[in-house]
Amino acid sequence: MTLKIAVCVKYVPDATGDRGFADDLTVDRDDVDGLLSELDEYAVEQALRISEEADDAEVTVVTVGPDDAKDALRKALSMGADKAVHVNDEDIHGSDVIGTSAILAKALEKTGFDLIVCGMASTDGTMGVLPALLAERLNLPQATLLSEVSVEDGTVKGRRDGDAASEQLEAPLPAVVSVTDQSGEARYPSFKGIMAAKKKPVEELDLDDLGIDADEVGLAGSWTLVESADARPARTQGTIVTDEGEGGKQLAAFLSAQKFI
Amino acid sequence: MAEILVLVDHADGAVRKPALELLTLARRIGEPSAVVLGAGEAAASLAAKAAEYGAATVYVADGPEFDEQLVVPKVDALTQIAKDKGVAAVLVTSSGEGKEVAARVALRLGSGLITDAVELEAGANGPVATQSVFAASYQVKSAVSHGVPVITVKPNSAAPETAPAAGAVENVSVAFTGNAARVVSRTPRVSTGRPELTESAIVVSGGRGVGAAEGFAVVEKLADSLGAAVGASRAAVDAGWYPHSNQVGQTGKQVSPQLYVAAGISGAIQHRAGMQTSKTIVAVNKDAEAPIFDLVDYGVVGDLFEVLPQLTDEIGAR
Ligand SMILES: Cc1cc2nc3c(=O)[nH]c(=O)nc-3n(C[C@H](O)[C@H](O)[C@H](O)COP(=O)(O)OP(=O)(O)OC[C@H]3O[C@@H](n4cnc5c(N)ncnc54)[C@H](O)[C@@H]3O)c2cc1C
Ligand SMILES: Cc1cc2nc3c(=O)[nH]c(=O)nc-3n(C[C@H](O)[C@H](O)[C@H](O)COP(=O)(O)OP(=O)(O)OC[C@H]3O[C@@H](n4cnc5c(N)ncnc54)[C@H](O)[C@@H]3O)c2cc1C
Repeated sequence: MTLKIAVCVKYVPDATGDRGFADDLTVDRDDVDGLLSELDEYAVEQALRISEEADDAEVTVVTVGPDDAKDALRKALSMGADKAVHVNDEDIHGSDVIGTSAILAKALEKTGFDLIVCGMASTDGTMGVLPALLAERLNLPQATLLSEVSVEDGTVKGRRDGDAASEQLEAPLPAVVSVTDQSGEARYPSFKGIMAAKKKPVEELDLDDLGIDADEVGLAGSWTLVESADARPARTQGTIVTDEGEGGKQLAAFLSAQKFI
Repeated sequence: MAEILVLVDHADGAVRKPALELLTLARRIGEPSAVVLGAGEAAASLAAKAAEYGAATVYVADGPEFDEQLVVPKVDALTQIAKDKGVAAVLVTSSGEGKEVAARVALRLGSGLITDAVELEAGANGPVATQSVFAASYQVKSAVSHGVPVITVKPNSAAPETAPAAGAVENVSVAFTGNAARVVSRTPRVSTGRPELTESAIVVSGGRGVGAAEGFAVVEKLADSLGAAVGASRAAVDAGWYPHSNQVGQTGKQVSPQLYVAAGISGAIQHRAGMQTSKTIVAVNKDAEAPIFDLVDYGVVGDLFEVLPQLTDEIGAR
């Protein structure tokens, strides 16, 4: 039996660019280049490793996003995923996380899966909750924030390093997992991988295909409302001194003036 | 008054400071009640602490499920109480687990979700939360427009204030839904005796410039002289010089202390995402061009192995 692995990947504005908001208070996607969220590269990597360990496996990458989000899918395909699903519809613009999770859950049901792999958080919204919402919607166990993951005999196992303790987790498939950037370095696409990716199938879906009404998602269907988004004044550079033997003492004087010591 | 449900995070039988901050913030938008889950024997003293900080009612539920299964038992309990009591909002601490619990509760309640709030105030249509986004380069104000607002709040967003209240304990029997990942084993983190990174008023962090695991001794000595927590950049963590649990940044801990000292850290965007909301920022770096200097209130261009020990000695002499 083929082990079907679905990987959720997000297309995000480059964090090293000047990220900001458009007039409707959604993320400005025109002025900054986008890319596959770096934290989702770890999800793709772990999916590929699990598939390499299995007798027979297939890795499908799934994204919800605008036209350019195809770039994120291509990157994942060039790393080695087998096929891709792109949910793209004008009406998705401005969806909050509840809406996004509804769309992804429907797309995943349509695609089919034994295991869903997500990143720990996107690098733009950084909520880190989408995997939990998928588990809730699809009624699956969640084994999330894993720094180590493996699949054996229909069971997913992993280590979750929390604040207070490190936990060893186990769940029967089907299940949702998310992996951290501690799970293992993501591979670089090879030239061969990049060429092969061009021929791999990318299935396009819109809201109709998923049986979702336009008013359930997008800005209108969101259950949260952004009231304002303001650029913080850049921190003004303070005093900079060059150490000529007294740097520690000068710093002590500053900390003392600020009442820290 | 509107009842605001606060999930009380606890460890080793004590309420964690961020929960006291939540109770303090809850009073701005209504009357707080606390939820204490899986605390066993410690439940009574946790309830008393919650009452000291303003909880009119403390809902207590216990059972092995809270220890043996991931996230879901807490979701079951919180959803059940929120529905039964018809609360006006649910507040949870922004930790990895806290956010996941909040998310599932929001979905079950048919509610919007806001995560990582750094400020909370009452608005015309319910609580308004401030988020600090894109590596703290933007301040966003949002509200929940559907259902009972479910909001997670970052540690250090408010100073805990006592406000003695009744703290009437109500025992709750939770109907667990199951279908959760099983916790097979748990290895508690060994305490260093230093303050918790996300809760500490002062954080001293070391980066690649520290050069080796042994090099962290100068960072720790300075931290101890200030009663501070120790942080590290991902470069230092990836090199194996310091534990990952001390990493500050986008994929590590997000800290917002009164004072942040960065030693031998260049100031990459992913590191800034975890510390840029610190009130006062100080850096010591050999390279005058390091981007971290754009953020600092005070910067020393110099060798950290010269500057840090001198500073530590100065503090000791005061
Ligand atoms: C700055 C900012 C703040 C926001 N705040 C809120 C808020 O408070 N409340 C709210 O409801 N919405 C909020 N949103 C919107 C929310 O981030 C998006 O709806 C988003 O699609 C889901 O959340 P996330 O990106 O934070 O995902 P996370 O939960 O951080 O993502 C975790 C993982 O889920 C998968 N994933 C996430 N999005 C997609 C996708 N589109 N396609 C495929 N896989 C995906 C990836 O594997 C990812 O690694 C915010 C967005 C931004 C940019
Ligand atoms: C998806 C993703 C997530 C990431 N998450 C994080 C994160 O959570 N946290 C994080 O920190 N990084 C994170 N990073 C990595 C980040 O991009 C940087 O690589 C990292 O922060 C660099 O660490 P550093 O400043 O210690 O090292 P470097 O950038 O190498 O800087 C070292 C600095 O030390 C100075 N120095 C050297 N010797 C001395 C000396 N003797 N005295 C004084 N100064 C000296 C140098 O001048 C230099 O400025 C992430 C990256 C990615 C792609």
